[in-house]
Amino acid sequence: MPAAMHGRIHEALLDERLQQALYAATGRLMHKRQSGVAAGQLPDYQELRDHAHLIKRHTMENLDYYLELLTSRVEGRGGRVVWCRDAGDVHAFFEQLVRDRGIRLAVKSKSMTSEEVELNEALDRAGVEAAETDLGEFIIQLAGEKPYHIVAPAMHKTRQQVADLFEQKLGLPREEEIEKQTMIARGVLRKKFLEADLGISGANFLIAESGAVVIVENEGNARLSTSAPRIHVALAGIEKIIPRAADLAVFLSLLGRSATGQPLTSYTSFLSGPRRPGERDGPEEFYVVLLDNGRSRILADRDKRQTLYCIRCGACLNICPVFRKIGGYSYPGTYSGPIGAILTPQMLGLGHEPALPFASSLCGACAEVCPVKIDIPKILLELRSDVKKAERRERRWTAERIGFALWAWLMRHPRLYEMAGAAASVALPAGRDGAWLRALPGPLQAWTEFRDFPPPAARSFRQLWRARRSRG
Amino acid sequence: MPTKVSLFVTCLVDQLFPRVGLAMADVVERLGYAVDFPEAQTCCGQPAFNSGFRGEARLVARHFLDVFAGADCIVCPSGSCASMVRHHYAELFQKDAAARAAAEAVAPRVWEFSEFLTEVARREDVGARFDGVVTYHDPCHALREMKIREQPRRLLRAVRGLELREMDIAEECCGFGGTFSVKFGEVSGAMLSTKIESIRRTGAGAVVSSDPSCLMQIRGGLSRAGLEVRALHLAEVLAGL
Repeated sequence: MPAAMHGRIHEALLDERLQQALYAATGRLMHKRQSGVAAGQLPDYQELRDHAHLIKRHTMENLDYYLELLTSRVEGRGGRVVWCRDAGDVHAFFEQLVRDRGIRLAVKSKSMTSEEVELNEALDRAGVEAAETDLGEFIIQLAGEKPYHIVAPAMHKTRQQVADLFEQKLGLPREEEIEKQTMIARGVLRKKFLEADLGISGANFLIAESGAVVIVENEGNARLSTSAPRIHVALAGIEKIIPRAADLAVFLSLLGRSATGQPLTSYTSFLSGPRRPGERDGPEEFYVVLLDNGRSRILADRDKRQTLYCIRCGACLNICPVFRKIGGYSYPGTYSGPIGAILTPQMLGLGHEPALPFASSLCGACAEVCPVKIDIPKILLELRSDVKKAERRERRWTAERIGFALWAWLMRHPRLYEMAGAAASVALPAGRDGAWLRALPGPLQAWTEFRDFPPPAARSFRQLWRARRSRG
Repeated sequence: MPTKVSLFVTCLVDQLFPRVGLAMADVVERLGYAVDFPEAQTCCGQPAFNSGFRGEARLVARHFLDVFAGADCIVCPSGSCASMVRHHYAELFQKDAAARAAAEAVAPRVWEFSEFLTEVARREDVGARFDGVVTYHDPCHALREMKIREQPRRLLRAVRGLELREMDIAEECCGFGGTFSVKFGEVSGAMLSTKIESIRRTGAGAVVSSDPSCLMQIRGGLSRAGLEVRALHLAEVLAGL
């Protein structure tokens, strides 16, 4: 068992304050979603989910066509599309851009894709300050951390911790009131917006037929980041594409509600191309950077392709009983929660953290709330099978492999299975007066460390059944 | 309408909770069915399937299909094991047409216990009596894969003397998850604590569920916490006269 993930989990579980904050914050989002999609609010919720799934399926199965259509539409409006195979390609594009244009300051609106390719670090190496402008991202950038949750990056921070951070890093008088903390961030960020030459955003959707980048947000920082600086670069995974603007009727109905319970976010921006002659605002240069970074490999896998349907609403994280205990930092990679558990192994390889697909009770709550109906438990099961197949190819005879081989043999030999059961019931210490066992040796220790184990039944069901039948 | 019921008691009930199997047999017999227990049965194969060992799962699933090939109506005290047979066998045998056909033939004939009572036998009142307040825990696979939510509650409400008092997080996982419970024992334990706390808040004298594996986890937690709350399978409650 790789120690890294278990170590981080252990730390998270011991942090009493974090446990309370995490369970409460995810619970609030979970309940907001529940009321947002309730029949009274959105009567055709289930039909919308089916529809969203079908649009995504269609788009992924025709991705080559839509990517080329998008490219020709963006370029027809005077923008440029940059195709990037991996993080290295993205870094190279930005390095050249900032060098050629003499850029020292960039403002960024929230983008998990930029986290995935560690863009801030690359910009820093190129001598560019990349200022995060989403409030949550601003907080974690000050703290020198990574996003904790794909929608709520600073979910794990209390306002007292933010007060400490602002006091230490910004040298301002201590302020614990959330509204005033927001005003502090706004004060700092306004200057950045005005001074920056480059605005970097992600994209919630890329519309193939029109070449528009669609961004949803609540703070207005994405709108400022994409319109105030003279250059705008939108960085997006290739799976963000949808065929038509009309499809947004489906996706926008689902995204805000699934994420925060909002029927619509405060801002929905449609950005298509640079400023045209006669227009008064908008950037002079407009780029769409399309990132593969393992996505086309996922696309090639028929069984797991639907991983790419994700619209990053975070609903699966908020309802996941495992995420609600272990939190965002226990997961390896950029994406946490159930979607991270299926995305990360496919992006970074199974060997990166082979335990990850097993870190789930397979309760299925994630699939139930997914707005695009990704069958996350099914994909987890596929990944588990892939991990075990790889072990077998490497001829690694783990205790688990030997155990399951023996088990499978025993389960096909009912007589021996019965004898083994009887033997086990003798071998296990019987509890006094039917009391449950507090401590067991060997592999069952991992059970009794956290709960009691049933005492072996004196006689199995089949033995009792025989006795009952012979009594007539 | 079938007149004969074949019990699939599951390996967990056979080895650790035989009373649950007997209680289930009692209730089914009381409704007038002839009950039989195919003795060659062992496990549905889910432990291996969920752990990534599909080859081993296939071997055990094939054994199940052989044992229950002639059964008209199979009743099982676990939504998780029933779901394995009904939903996952076909997936397991994608590349084996014969086994897949056998799996598809058996799928519509396997029933989870509460589902069998309410949808096949069409009974809610099975003549049971239980004095006290109980709360019901939804097993994840029964709830989300088998869509069993109201069936056990309807059965419980029909029990004389029983008051059903819902907990605030009835549908939240208890943390069992098969080998997850030992591979990630600490997380499983933390999930269990949250569940136990919710059960305790109801003030119920017993928590009832319809899956022996959830009950093993929950009762293990109740016992460790030293709480006087009982953990019972739905069949045990319904068998009480």
